[in-house]
Amino acid sequence: MDVIIKNLGLLINATLIATPPLLLAALGSCFSERSGVVNIGIEGMMTIGAFTGAVMGLTTGNGWLAFLCAGLAGALFGAIHAVACISFHADQTIAGTAINFLGPGLAVFLCKAMYNNSSDTPAMDPGSKLPKLFEGVFPAGSFWSNVLNVYAVAYLVFLLAFVCWFVFYKTKFGAHLRAVGEHPEACESLGIDVYRVRYSCVILSGFLAGLGGAFVTLATINQFRPSVIVGQGFIAIAAVIFGKFSPEGATKACLLFGLCSGIKTLAGQSNTVSPNLISMIPYIVTILALVLFVGKAHTPAANGKIFVRSK
Amino acid sequence: MNRKKSILESNVFYTLVAVAAGFVIGAVFLVIAGISPATAYGKLLSSVFGKPKYLVWTLIYASPLIFTGLSVAFSFRTGVFNIGAEGQFVVGALAACVLGIMLKLPPVLHALVCVLAAAAAGAVWSLIVGVLKVKRGIHEVLSFIMFNWIAFYLSNYVVNLEAIHKEGGGEATKDVLESARILFPEGLRNALDCNAANWGIVLAVLAAVLIYVIIEKTTLGYKLKAVGFNSNGALYAGINADGSVLTALGISGALAGLGGAVQILGMSGRLSQFAGQEGFGFEGITVALIGSSSPVGCIFSGLFYGAMKYGGSKLSIVKAPSEVVDIIMGCVILFIAVSQVFRILFAKFHKKKEV
Amino acid sequence: MGKVSHMDESRVVIQMKDIVKKFGDFTANDHINLTVHKGEVHAILGENGAGKSTMMNVLCGLYKPTSGQICINGKEVQFSSPKDAIDIGIGMVHQHFMLIQPFTVADNIILGVEPVKGLMIDHKTAREKVVELSERYGMKVDPDAKVEDISVGMQQRVEILKVLYRGADTLILDEPTASLTPQEIEGLMEIIENLTADGKSVILITHKLKEITACADSCTIIRQGKYIRTVKVDEVNENDLAAMMVGRDVNFKVEKKDMTPGEVVLDVKNIHAKDYRDVEILRGLNLKVRRGEIVGLAGVDGNGQTELVEVLTGLRKAESGEVTLLGKDVFNKSPKETFESGISSIPADRQKHGLILDFSNEDNLILQHFEEEPYSTKGILNRKAIREHATELTEKFDVRPRGSEGAPAGTLSGGNQQKVIIAREVTNDKELLIAVNPTRGLDVGAIEFVHKYLVEQRNRNRAVLLVSFELDEIMSLSDRIEVIFDGRITGSVSGKDADEKELGFMMAGGKKHE
Repeated sequence: MDVIIKNLGLLINATLIATPPLLLAALGSCFSERSGVVNIGIEGMMTIGAFTGAVMGLTTGNGWLAFLCAGLAGALFGAIHAVACISFHADQTIAGTAINFLGPGLAVFLCKAMYNNSSDTPAMDPGSKLPKLFEGVFPAGSFWSNVLNVYAVAYLVFLLAFVCWFVFYKTKFGAHLRAVGEHPEACESLGIDVYRVRYSCVILSGFLAGLGGAFVTLATINQFRPSVIVGQGFIAIAAVIFGKFSPEGATKACLLFGLCSGIKTLAGQSNTVSPNLISMIPYIVTILALVLFVGKAHTPAANGKIFVRSK
Repeated sequence: MNRKKSILESNVFYTLVAVAAGFVIGAVFLVIAGISPATAYGKLLSSVFGKPKYLVWTLIYASPLIFTGLSVAFSFRTGVFNIGAEGQFVVGALAACVLGIMLKLPPVLHALVCVLAAAAAGAVWSLIVGVLKVKRGIHEVLSFIMFNWIAFYLSNYVVNLEAIHKEGGGEATKDVLESARILFPEGLRNALDCNAANWGIVLAVLAAVLIYVIIEKTTLGYKLKAVGFNSNGALYAGINADGSVLTALGISGALAGLGGAVQILGMSGRLSQFAGQEGFGFEGITVALIGSSSPVGCIFSGLFYGAMKYGGSKLSIVKAPSEVVDIIMGCVILFIAVSQVFRILFAKFHKKKEV
Repeated sequence: MGKVSHMDESRVVIQMKDIVKKFGDFTANDHINLTVHKGEVHAILGENGAGKSTMMNVLCGLYKPTSGQICINGKEVQFSSPKDAIDIGIGMVHQHFMLIQPFTVADNIILGVEPVKGLMIDHKTAREKVVELSERYGMKVDPDAKVEDISVGMQQRVEILKVLYRGADTLILDEPTASLTPQEIEGLMEIIENLTADGKSVILITHKLKEITACADSCTIIRQGKYIRTVKVDEVNENDLAAMMVGRDVNFKVEKKDMTPGEVVLDVKNIHAKDYRDVEILRGLNLKVRRGEIVGLAGVDGNGQTELVEVLTGLRKAESGEVTLLGKDVFNKSPKETFESGISSIPADRQKHGLILDFSNEDNLILQHFEEEPYSTKGILNRKAIREHATELTEKFDVRPRGSEGAPAGTLSGGNQQKVIIAREVTNDKELLIAVNPTRGLDVGAIEFVHKYLVEQRNRNRAVLLVSFELDEIMSLSDRIEVIFDGRITGSVSGKDADEKELGFMMAGGKKHE
């Protein structure tokens, strides 16, 4: 029994560490996709966030400040994507691909330039990282420590998911962003500034993706490495599609992927199954889920379509 | 014809502008990093053109890129977006590598079997996604991304299998047997002063010509393009849309798989465990975009990217991060992506003058 | 006629003076004038492409005029966005509804001007206001229904309410009757009456003369972007209006020689089929088309015409029934098989189904034949033969500009795109030609051209099935008119003694008077 509880605690712990970066990025992606802008550049935005978070953590020693800066760096890349897709009518998938080159490229480039040609940043001391919620309250390694004493951000992220849901369905901005993703011409005819709504959403998606990336370097581990993000941005996108482009759906999907990831972490310790095979699980689950349950998701009608403002 | 020519010219023109702009931005970041762009770009140039054997290396680097570029370009021309060339490249490389190690066949035949197996593996990997799209309506971009990662972990899994893994050899497989390699004859390699010189570039050019013929000259190309441009219209005209999508994806996947074979059987001779995605598939998107999705264009853009990669790998000698290449290429894609708006403006302007 | 005018001629609400709007080199509006009074129903009449919509988009702030003046209640205004026009009391109901499908009726109406309580949208207040408005003007809507689930007529009422909710004094209705049933049109006329009685002004954009004489006070005619004149509707008749619209006397009748229909070519028996929502839309339809006759299928959009054509051309599988072509079974066959059995068609949506816009004209002209000699041999295209074929057809069918064989079809005008399709389908010379709304969006010249070829096909002893939402077109071309209502043929009249009123009555579900 004790073993089961202990392992359950470890599983919850691993899930609570794996989910926040995905969820942050996925919530961001919801904003962008629902407003009608496909954003596959989430991966690149997360990477630049991860790097910025690590560097700011190392230089300022303040985890929260570093976290915020990482969001801003992601937002900057969101802005690049927004300019390309909204003002310059670029193909959104291609612009996103460019972001996925630029984000990791720039991160490693700057890392090498700043840290003596090393592609990893130095490790930061625990004080510079994001704080844990109940440090020292529960005995280390106990069930409650595993479940409750996690990074404060992990819980905040779930609160944020609720806030996003509220914004989506209860506020004016939410109604506008959903409308703009369905029928931008209609919104324009009603005096809603389509470009402004979309800009806000895409930049916000970059901000949240940046935060997601920074969670990895400021909480999960304690430095930037070129491989910290690999694939998480894409998993986040998968979660959004899986969750039918809604914050609540994406949250559930991210928890599922987080759980897969948690299982992988635990199973990885046992050494019986190849970690490579376990790593495939989230991707296979996504495909199977789409085939079996979701089928054709209702994509926002104007998603990926270029909207040109009337003259 | 004249009109077509002028569009083609303008494509080349905008591409060159985008490339130039990419270099300018790369230079800005080099300056920020405290590195003289002149030094870095000088090194880039001399690493490619400094000696004849460097040029041979450029060709070696370019061959797989031309294949993935063709793969993506073919998909663009037929109305699907093969963002999964990465995964198809990986399974192609994996198939070629495993058969290259395990099979015992005479030379040439062995290589041929490995190459064909790689093409088949790439095609199957892409077709699974195609079937999901056609039968279940699942968006191909999403499933391609998933399959890229499945291929990635599958490859890492196989690389570490006992029968394949090099004993005590770190994170790579055993060497592919000589009989499966597609290297130039030894004499020629010595003359070129390059041990990895191989038939890859010849295969790539042949593939480009073949794809050109398919797209421009055959009823198959006509059919695939019709479905790609307007599947409803094609259906109305009695063309089987699902079949065409699958054919297009199959061909596109086979090309990417061939790229993987050329990389393994030509240059590297073994497969290593990946830390991150190899990037050949994503680089193929760039190659296709720079080449304006034309097969012949892909040869040139593939050579360009090959040169950038090979030259970039030498940048550390002057203490410049090789990732500047990624920054330049990212900017090039971005500029090509936004060039559409300038192109439209220009066309309008032009039309106005004509009327 | 029962028309009541509420016009107050002493109060000018809207004045557009010398409005010019250019798109690049193309002048869509060339010195247009318009004066609208309080309580007036003012029709804007013009052919497709005459510049009506451009003019109204200028008035509602979507386009900025190149030059000219707009005065509202005597004061000059300049709109920088639709919001400015809305704020000053001008609201437009677009022809293609501007509704967010997954949103509810109420949410659509309040979009952009949502009442808020704190951070949240105040749905309760919004809903009350919507209900109040809809009762005041007699427009029945369900505020909680999703737009994707409601009828076209109700969608239009939602659009009008949307404009009223914003406090519009002037409503612009762009081709409001295009997809309404006669009853719904009547309802709309009542609504317009209610609005003007309340002191609102209505601008009605249309090319249907009957609607103008039925409800408008005055009418401004524009032609090829130019202002022609404004007339009092009471002082003119429909023929005058038509002549002013096209700039010459028009002959609505099409010349055709007498013919006796021959053997049955198409025989449709008891077809049942579902539409895309999985609702049964064809409910036991029977139809025969013979050699040497044009059968017109008259009906309001949405009664199963689209689905019937899809079944006949192999794009949709029917649930049950029988379709034969000269005795050969063509029920639920693929598009390729139906084509090869002898059915060719001019599709309703030329850009979606008729053409591959990115393909050159010459490639579009061989769309069903690219795998045949001489256009290809063993899988290799024969460019020379393809070009020769195209040159011959573009010459014969007068596709302009000349020498555009190699240019993408998307670069042609709508009329010339339609000519390419007609060239292809008429040249196919199949036993049966199905034409769906073949003249939609075309100018008068192109319409005459299309009609000529349909009649020619009939004169060559082929069978022609004409499906059109334009009753005039059906009446002037058909030898026999079949009325489709609710998925069945509900009446049949000979083309010669067809009576418009009676047809309209049958199209709305009424039985034929014996």
